[in-house]
Amino acid sequence: MTRETVVNAALTLGLLIVPMWALMADEPFIITLATRVAILALAGVGLNIALGLGGLVSLGHAAFFGLGGYAMGILASHAQSYTPLITWPVGIEGTTSMPLIWLVAVLAAGLGALVIGALSLRTSGVYFIMITLAFGQMLYYFAISWPAYGGEDGLSIYLRNGFPGLNTLVPIQFLALCYGLLAIALILSARLAASPFGLALNAARQSAARVQAVGLSPYRLRLVAFVISGMITGLAGALFADLNRFVSPTMFSWQTSGEIMVFVILGGVGRLFGPVAGAAVFIILEHVLGGISDYWHIYLGALLLLIVLFARGGLIGLLAGKAAHHG
Amino acid sequence: MTLKSLLLAASVAAMPVAALAEGAVKVGMITTLSGGGAGLGIDVRDGFMLAVKQSGNDAIEVVIEDDQRKPDIAVQLADKMIQSEKVDVLTGIIWSNLAMAVVPGATAQGKFYLSPNAGPSALAGKGCHKNYFNVAWQNDNLHEAAGAYANSAGYKNSFILAPNYPAGKDALTGYKRQYGGGLAGEVFTQLGQTDYASEIAQIRASGADSVFFFLPGGMGISFLKQYADSGVDLPVVGPAFSFDQGILQAVGAAALGVKNTSQWNKDIDNPANAAFVASFQAEYGRLPSLYASQGFDTANLLLSAMAKADVKDTDAFRAALEAADFASVRGNFAFGSNHHPVQNIYVREVIQEGDVFTNKIIGTALENHADVYAADCKM
Amino acid sequence: MSPILLIEQVLNGLQFGMMLFLMSAGLTLVFGVMGLINLAHGSLFMIGAFAAAAVAAATGSFLLALVASLAAAAAAGALVEVLVIRRLYARDHLDQVLATFALILIFSEGTRWVFGSFPLFLNIPPYLSGPVTLPGGIEYPLYRLTLIAVGGLVALGLYLLITRTRLGIRIRAGESDREMIAALGVDIQRLYTLVFALGAALAGLAGALVGAIQSVQVGMGEPVLILAFVVIVIGGIGSVKGALVGALLVGVTDTLGRALLPGFFGLFMEPSAAMSMGSSLASMLIYILMAVVLIAKPSGLYGATV
Repeated sequence: MTRETVVNAALTLGLLIVPMWALMADEPFIITLATRVAILALAGVGLNIALGLGGLVSLGHAAFFGLGGYAMGILASHAQSYTPLITWPVGIEGTTSMPLIWLVAVLAAGLGALVIGALSLRTSGVYFIMITLAFGQMLYYFAISWPAYGGEDGLSIYLRNGFPGLNTLVPIQFLALCYGLLAIALILSARLAASPFGLALNAARQSAARVQAVGLSPYRLRLVAFVISGMITGLAGALFADLNRFVSPTMFSWQTSGEIMVFVILGGVGRLFGPVAGAAVFIILEHVLGGISDYWHIYLGALLLLIVLFARGGLIGLLAGKAAHHG
Repeated sequence: MTLKSLLLAASVAAMPVAALAEGAVKVGMITTLSGGGAGLGIDVRDGFMLAVKQSGNDAIEVVIEDDQRKPDIAVQLADKMIQSEKVDVLTGIIWSNLAMAVVPGATAQGKFYLSPNAGPSALAGKGCHKNYFNVAWQNDNLHEAAGAYANSAGYKNSFILAPNYPAGKDALTGYKRQYGGGLAGEVFTQLGQTDYASEIAQIRASGADSVFFFLPGGMGISFLKQYADSGVDLPVVGPAFSFDQGILQAVGAAALGVKNTSQWNKDIDNPANAAFVASFQAEYGRLPSLYASQGFDTANLLLSAMAKADVKDTDAFRAALEAADFASVRGNFAFGSNHHPVQNIYVREVIQEGDVFTNKIIGTALENHADVYAADCKM
Repeated sequence: MSPILLIEQVLNGLQFGMMLFLMSAGLTLVFGVMGLINLAHGSLFMIGAFAAAAVAAATGSFLLALVASLAAAAAAGALVEVLVIRRLYARDHLDQVLATFALILIFSEGTRWVFGSFPLFLNIPPYLSGPVTLPGGIEYPLYRLTLIAVGGLVALGLYLLITRTRLGIRIRAGESDREMIAALGVDIQRLYTLVFALGAALAGLAGALVGAIQSVQVGMGEPVLILAFVVIVIGGIGSVKGALVGALLVGVTDTLGRALLPGFFGLFMEPSAAMSMGSSLASMLIYILMAVVLIAKPSGLYGATV
């Protein structure tokens, strides 16, 4: 057992114990915070596939987060007002069923990632960072000025959507659902990294020319990784919207992209549990520091800076030592 | 720090928390205290806390949190206040989009929400709720007043502009609802836009006789400075937001003489207002703004209801709020059927007093004005 | 649209572009020479504006305010370079993004802590205010003409600096091979600090100049920062010439888009829908421009091929 496995196990345990304790101590807000951590970690797990595995620094993942969120918002708002989504060529009604919403969110985000990825992957390096940012901004401005679904005001959903057999309005049950999805995404992400596809992708990150020489297309590998990455982040977006019972264009903003990236880097790029550690620490900091002073952003900034400068490899790297595969 | 000591006083007075006195009320204030829009939230908070302090009432405890102007943070804070702080009343939100994110959920969970600033039309009409009270205005009100003023000033051909987002569209709709003349042009700008040269050129070429604009915050400052420098000298009218105490000093002489509409000004002649303006200056060392006055009124409304009913008796407390039995700094104040204010809206002019830029009232645009959405509200 | 209005709008676009150029020149220099992505460049813009507003309020002199903006931003730039940025050159872009994102938080809230939460006052000096009449009867604000001139002078100055001076030779050498010029005995650390401070000073100057016609407030740097990134990516990262062309292209596209698109949609749609549609598209236009440029030329107009 490596030290990283120990750290991961401790994180998993912590994520399970804290809500249990909160349930016992009747602190429902702690459960809400844990749910937030799980959802944001899920978004990070998505980005980590592009970032850690593929070496694709996307500053536009808010686009997929937002697409997932709006998929939920649009479907649920139509169900809420009993108006059909479209009437032609076939009548499609809204829905409040989570599995269906997730499916739509994942498909919408995947489609978005396919288009954005196909265009953006023609560039590399800083240009890639900036073109993904540009696509995110396009969607952001579109969402603000598009009047049909609330524009900047966003969309409020009065009831959380349902999942067969669960009462999602009970915080702990919704949390369990989010944990389940996060666990699936983590397993998938670990499998992906060990699969032939993951190995080829990793190789393409290190030396695209060699991958090309053995007959694989780095472009295709990266595009597939980008789409999978976008899909997972889109699912997180749908869950995030359900947690808040609200979607708004801020989900598309470049600050959201930046924050998702902060989770990943904070936790450790390319580490399986990096986004989990990063999201947990970020939310705890936000919660604790916010109470200290009006100017708490200064402390947050200073802390982030110290971590980047002196804890290379992020928190997981700090606790578990240097990674085997990523420097 | 003044705020910290105030908070401390308010919370120490209310301790021990577990055994709150009969009739005690716990208030959760979610407002913007960091980032670019912090000035508004700080004013609301300071006005509110001043009223709490002056009342000497030790049965009120206020928990204050910063929403960073992000809707998802505001929702999270509302959850926290309701689930773990167990507050009875929520208040404080500045922006309409944040209010839309928080208010429906909070009122659905049986909490009272008193809005010290935002008044989106959805919450005044079909989406109204018996536990939601707006102490400021419905969003359209000040724009309607600007339209009414434009009529009385004899404007026949206005050029109107606002940012391309829901509140901006509401603003132009509100203006046109009262304004009877024609339009020389209608432009939606970009949210957060800082350069208005293109729009000003269009105004110059349009043959308009007046300009109406709604550009809150920094956007308004930029527009006014650039407009003043452009040599276009058509009269300008707008809602109070771009001419308020907090930002007038940053606009400077460019705003002098501009007419703007507001439900409050520091020269409204009543004892409550005179005392408020003097004590706010004494406490914080600056002139109160529109937002501070709204925060102050919100706290006094709440205190007046606490004097009449126990917050746990929801129906009685609601009735006490509806009565609005407090001395508003605006003078007459009453709630309409949808729990939004029925009030006078004044026309103010930007003047200079010594080296401070401020406003003085020059007339009344609309008397006892209510909003048009009340008809859609079924409680 | 009348020809006069069109010319006026093109001038507006040029002026907006020149301001973007001042912002982008520093950003692109820092990237070209040190390979650093600096998200905190917008904070230096803000520092310039606040320093100018403070000095203008104290002394009443706009020229002193401009000097102060240059000095304050350069000093802040040199300080963060020595304390933080220096440690980031060898890191990958990710670490740079995160560290400079952290610097934004510190600068923004630090500024709010020092200057308060309300916008500051900074105005055009009387000798530059008001409109002048151009040939053809166009009335145009003198200050905006001055901004175009200042942008042009800075572009010329940078060109001379880079092509004609010893510092310029080192900058160009640093762009192509940093180990080699270090081996040749150039104090590379001092060169980096100098280039960073120069970029910061340009951003500070832009902040002060723009602050006079906009709102001097916390957070004013971020929207401009995004635009500056769009500019340098379109122009090709590291190329000052590219920054100039990119800035003018973005400035003119954005201004003309806002002016013309609503009218264009009005030709075949009803007015309010056209207005809404036109404004939405106008706000997305420069990002569309950027995507199109990158898809056609993946390393920008004047970028070295990657």
